[in-house]
Amino acid sequence: MFSNPDLLKFIFGRLTLESIPYHEPILVATFAAVALGGIALCAFITYMKWWGPLWNDWITSIDHKKIGIMYIILAIVMLLRGFSDAIMMRIQQAIAFNGSEGYLPPHHYDQVFTAHGVIMIFFVAMPFVTGFMNYVVPLQIGARDVSFPFLNNFSFWMTTAGAIIVMISLFVGEFARTGWLAYPPLSGVEYSPGVGVDYYIWGLQVAGVGTTLSGINLIATIVKMRAPGMSFMKMPVFTWTSLCTNILIVATFPILTATLVLLSLDRYVGTNFFTNDLGGNPMMYINLIWIWGHPEVYILILPAFGIFSEVVATFSGKRLFGYASMVYATCAIMILSYLVWLHHFFTMGSGASVNAFFGITTMIISIPTGAKIFNWLFTIYRGRVRYEVPMLWTIGFMVTFVIGGMTGVMLAVPPADFVLHNSLFLIAHFHNVIIGGVLFGLMAGVTYWYPKAFGYKLDPFWGKMSFWFWFIGFYFAFMPLYVLGLMGITRRMSQFDDPSLQIWFVIAAIGAGMIAIGILSFIIQLVVSYIKREELKDETGDPWHGRTLEWSTSSPPPEYNFAFTPVVHDHDSWYDMKNRGYARPLQGFKPIHMPKNTGTGAILAALNIALAFGLIWYMWWLVVVSFVAIIAVAIGHTFNYKRDFYIPAETVSAEEAKRTELLAKQV
Amino acid sequence: MTTNSTSHEDAHEAHHAHSHGHEAGHGSFKSYVTGFILSVILTAIPFWLVMGDVLDSKVATVAAIMIIGAIQIVVHMIYFLHMNTKSEGGWTMMALIFTVIIVAIALVGSLWVMHHLNTNMMVMSPEMMKNLP
Repeated sequence: MFSNPDLLKFIFGRLTLESIPYHEPILVATFAAVALGGIALCAFITYMKWWGPLWNDWITSIDHKKIGIMYIILAIVMLLRGFSDAIMMRIQQAIAFNGSEGYLPPHHYDQVFTAHGVIMIFFVAMPFVTGFMNYVVPLQIGARDVSFPFLNNFSFWMTTAGAIIVMISLFVGEFARTGWLAYPPLSGVEYSPGVGVDYYIWGLQVAGVGTTLSGINLIATIVKMRAPGMSFMKMPVFTWTSLCTNILIVATFPILTATLVLLSLDRYVGTNFFTNDLGGNPMMYINLIWIWGHPEVYILILPAFGIFSEVVATFSGKRLFGYASMVYATCAIMILSYLVWLHHFFTMGSGASVNAFFGITTMIISIPTGAKIFNWLFTIYRGRVRYEVPMLWTIGFMVTFVIGGMTGVMLAVPPADFVLHNSLFLIAHFHNVIIGGVLFGLMAGVTYWYPKAFGYKLDPFWGKMSFWFWFIGFYFAFMPLYVLGLMGITRRMSQFDDPSLQIWFVIAAIGAGMIAIGILSFIIQLVVSYIKREELKDETGDPWHGRTLEWSTSSPPPEYNFAFTPVVHDHDSWYDMKNRGYARPLQGFKPIHMPKNTGTGAILAALNIALAFGLIWYMWWLVVVSFVAIIAVAIGHTFNYKRDFYIPAETVSAEEAKRTELLAKQV
Repeated sequence: MTTNSTSHEDAHEAHHAHSHGHEAGHGSFKSYVTGFILSVILTAIPFWLVMGDVLDSKVATVAAIMIIGAIQIVVHMIYFLHMNTKSEGGWTMMALIFTVIIVAIALVGSLWVMHHLNTNMMVMSPEMMKNLP
């Protein structure tokens, strides 16, 4: 049988033993570590008899809180992968001087920087942001779940499936060597005949389904499920920024999907949308991908702005300054983000009129963003500021983000961009806004909402360690890149000729090392806080003296979030309720109608991994089988009528009695 | 008890009334027939234009088909998707306006940008090169 090449080809497509990179020592060592870690984890779960609970309480769960937590776990795991790529690049660039080729061969280095970009944006920042929106939005608007709870579980597993597809490329075959947006003609079949770009395409397509569906779900939730009395102008700012983010997701992700479909048609069936021959035009790909790509960066930053707004108001003990202007600024950014995409390719050759238009629209965005910064500053001004860890991240953000914003305005000037385009200055700029903006926001959010999700605060010492190492490490890692960029050094280089540049790369590598300590401190913080959980316990449900509705429930909130739907009178509704002597209802509980768990989402996502794997390796039988299976499972799910159940009134009243007891202890 | 602790039932009712009050209509027999006849007519015209060679220039034919196609979209939205300014409390309209703005920005912007890029950057034939200003 094994001597029959046709049969082997039918079964394995273009997958051969040679595709497994066993001759690359770095990858073999990584694989060994991952395999050992995986086996140890499985053994531990088996030993603790956790498989049942894992499946019943988490994997099949359609509770928005658990799905939110799972999104964030996915993001943290992928952060470790994305960061190892980063530190590999930093070490390579620090040593590849004076004729040394460093330790990464170019074909490997190219995969590393592509994987770093793809993973950090699609599988760290996106799931992190979506996780927060999932966890916090229903609680902030007084809802019991999202509009479509099953869809939510399915979205999560599709995002995870995308991440798994990208991770498989590490050990089976290769990843794209094209940069994170896979520009043709380099990503076309002529110049990238391998499986790398196909892994990229299918990983993003599968994850894109999840992202789009979760966007639709959250828009419906915010529009339809707000507590009575919560008009749009009484919504918490985080909910507002989530609404705008999800509108951006729904409006732009279809463009990414369509663009990648056209690229895959070029690669699979020989069309010529983005080739150089037969009327194709690669510049169209760059145009289309940035129509998605620019709003994407606002998809990431807007929720972070929302988190800072909540944190600043809470820890200054004041209403947010300029609530209405904050909302209008968010909406203005949402619309303007569609009008600037060309600034990513000023140098591609459009004329002066086009460049001038997009340069000006880009500069205009800094106005609403600046308004936000002033709103936060005026909130702090004459406030009773408590410098807890979330507030540290916020201050760190304001300082860092302003620098990133200013270099952004510099890049928005077309003549300046002709000098700086594709240089390390650009790399420094977008890391400045993504780390200083998005990541600092997410870390502030983790510290802020952690006690809500788990019932105990995070240890402040390790939180401060994490903050300071991230903050200072960031400056060490990226300020040298600004300098190098101004000297004209381009991005994505694996070796350098001029030895006088080495010192800057060494400083940058030291910065990356400090960030590594920051990440490590965060992990230690999670462990230490778990050990000290009795000491750090929050029994009130409102550890920070919060202002929005999520702080009115217990920590962690019961499965049904609110025994009675709250009625809202002001935009800081929980603060308003506390001020007006709100009394928790203690009786008259009714059975609560809730959706039931289902494993369909996880099964569909697993089948999608098989489908993508078949498509990547040309195993057509696997494609057909898994596609038919996906359709069958999806149709089968529509016949599942046991979708809901009632939490009996006695259970609700027992839960609430427990909380009453805890609250009584506080006084 | 203060106003905040309104019972679950009340809140639930309030919610219900809110979402049902502005429900989109389901259309009458008459509106479906009107929509059907309009869309058949709008489908027949392009076929007639192409098969009967009615218009002299090809460009005019293509333009006519595009315009009729756009009208067809509007007919479907009004008669089959029951869209009007009041359905779902104005949300359908708002979503439509937003979608139209975004699609217009993407289309017009792409045409403008790609026109520039094609003129400035694409490979030229020798004749074009000769006729350069």
